[in-house]
Amino acid sequence: MRRDAQAVILLLLGGGMIRLIVTGEYLNYVKPYAFWLVLPAGIILVVTAVVTAWMAWRDRGEPGADAHGHDQGRSKVAWLLLAPVVGMLLVAPDALGSYEAERTGTALGAEENRSTYPELPDDVDPVPLTLMDYAARAVFDDGITLEDRRIQLRGFILYDGDEPQLARMVVACCAADARPVKIGFEGDVPEGLEPDQWVEVVGVYTPREGRDEINGELVPYIEVESVTKIESPDNEYQ
Amino acid sequence: MSRDLAGSEAASTDAAGPAPPPRRRGLTSVEALALLLVFGLTARPGLAELLGGELSQAWAARFVAVAVQAIPFLVAGTLLSAAIASFVPASWFTRAVPKRTAIAVPVAGLSGAVLPGCECASVPVAGALVKRGVAPAAAFTFMLASPAINPVVIVSTFVAFSGQPEMVAARFCASLGAAIAIGWLWAKLGRSEWLRLPAHRDHEDGKWAAFWSSLRGDFVQAGGYLVIGAAIAATLNTLVPERWLAVVAENPVLGVLALAALAVLVSICSESDAFVAASLTAFSPTAQLAFMVVGPFVDIKLIAMHAGTFGRGFALRFTPAVFCVALLAAVVMGAVWL
Repeated sequence: MRRDAQAVILLLLGGGMIRLIVTGEYLNYVKPYAFWLVLPAGIILVVTAVVTAWMAWRDRGEPGADAHGHDQGRSKVAWLLLAPVVGMLLVAPDALGSYEAERTGTALGAEENRSTYPELPDDVDPVPLTLMDYAARAVFDDGITLEDRRIQLRGFILYDGDEPQLARMVVACCAADARPVKIGFEGDVPEGLEPDQWVEVVGVYTPREGRDEINGELVPYIEVESVTKIESPDNEYQ
Repeated sequence: MSRDLAGSEAASTDAAGPAPPPRRRGLTSVEALALLLVFGLTARPGLAELLGGELSQAWAARFVAVAVQAIPFLVAGTLLSAAIASFVPASWFTRAVPKRTAIAVPVAGLSGAVLPGCECASVPVAGALVKRGVAPAAAFTFMLASPAINPVVIVSTFVAFSGQPEMVAARFCASLGAAIAIGWLWAKLGRSEWLRLPAHRDHEDGKWAAFWSSLRGDFVQAGGYLVIGAAIAATLNTLVPERWLAVVAENPVLGVLALAALAVLVSICSESDAFVAASLTAFSPTAQLAFMVVGPFVDIKLIAMHAGTFGRGFALRFTPAVFCVALLAAVVMGAVWL
């Protein structure tokens, strides 16, 4: 691939990464702190593209200027860089949701070795918790710290067969390793909730537990008091 | 020389050598790129529909995620290695490396921990070192250690395996140990007739021109291989059902061998391989470690580069030895740390 074509690809790649930051879409793929990685990298790529284009323009007409060293042969693989450009700019996939969560086992096992479950704050009602925190307290600490408290959870709806469940994708590094945490509903849930609909659930702890058929991990339940539809949050991962 | 360097890229031979390349009429890469872009923009609604299925959306999300997370580390790595390649003269290395090979090997290994170099950059650097009189054993140790344990790699491993600092320690020990072992092995058994020394290329355009063109060349090259790795990681996580993967992943021996082989096939740059390894959650930590230790030492792209820089006879002997030593080091350190 010629240098000027490489400049175009670098520009698209850097520009695409800067666009992810500006639109906030980067949160669909990476964790919030990656802002400080993606933005400078995007800027450096754009600068490299501009310098490369300038150098190619400066050397124009020089015979063989583009076969500088070994560049041309080894850079065929550069065409592949168009794939993430297409992915970021044209496909722009949404954050992973119920489709993936229904096919992946709950990730609760990762929290099994946690040893401390601090008391929930007294001055808040209901207490907002992450799904992973609720599930770990319910399954590995027998719900001791959850007794007699109203809990607020936010996640999306997925269906395990006919039964609706609350889920949230947990990300360790980036969305490529995203795995769901699932929580079952005890009691009445509004009819006709669509998969991927985001809801805020207020409820209390119940000792009922089920099993995720995919990997055999435990799925805790929550006794539902209310289920409210909400907009999807900026950062859909936890 | 450039014929061998290009390795599998047979089509590139016409662009090599000191003579200006023959004028080819036909589509240049700029024109092809412009056509592709126009096609992509006009066909966008159709493309979006084609890729709008739940499965392809999920695949694309994981693919883009690995790319977006890894590219900044790749940029940092190529930035630093371009700076070193352009601004630090090779003669400095000759003075810095001790004369006795037995001592020079571990020194070269440790200096790899300080000097960042992408593996794509470290192969030509090692070639230049050998040409400037550094013992080949030390040059090879540096070539292996520098991409495997440099600061950028350590930080990216730490980020990828947050909460598992022992993974960083295991990777550092296994990679350094294997690199030094290979150096000593070469000092003991290696023969100079296996090597075909590279000719040194001087940049006549000045240091900044060399810096920018090495930054662009290294990034574009390594980025292309990263794309292959990201695609394979996304495919494993999306298309292969968890139950199947579990069969391979849960068998300790199969899991380690599978990821070591995968590392050779996908040829990801060491600055970004930790993110791919971390996303292979179904596998044991030792298997993930083997992926990260083997990958920077030997993969398809590096075999091509070794053959091009040092000759086929060298690559034929070097590759299997390095694979076995790296795998052994990963298993031992996995047992110690993980």
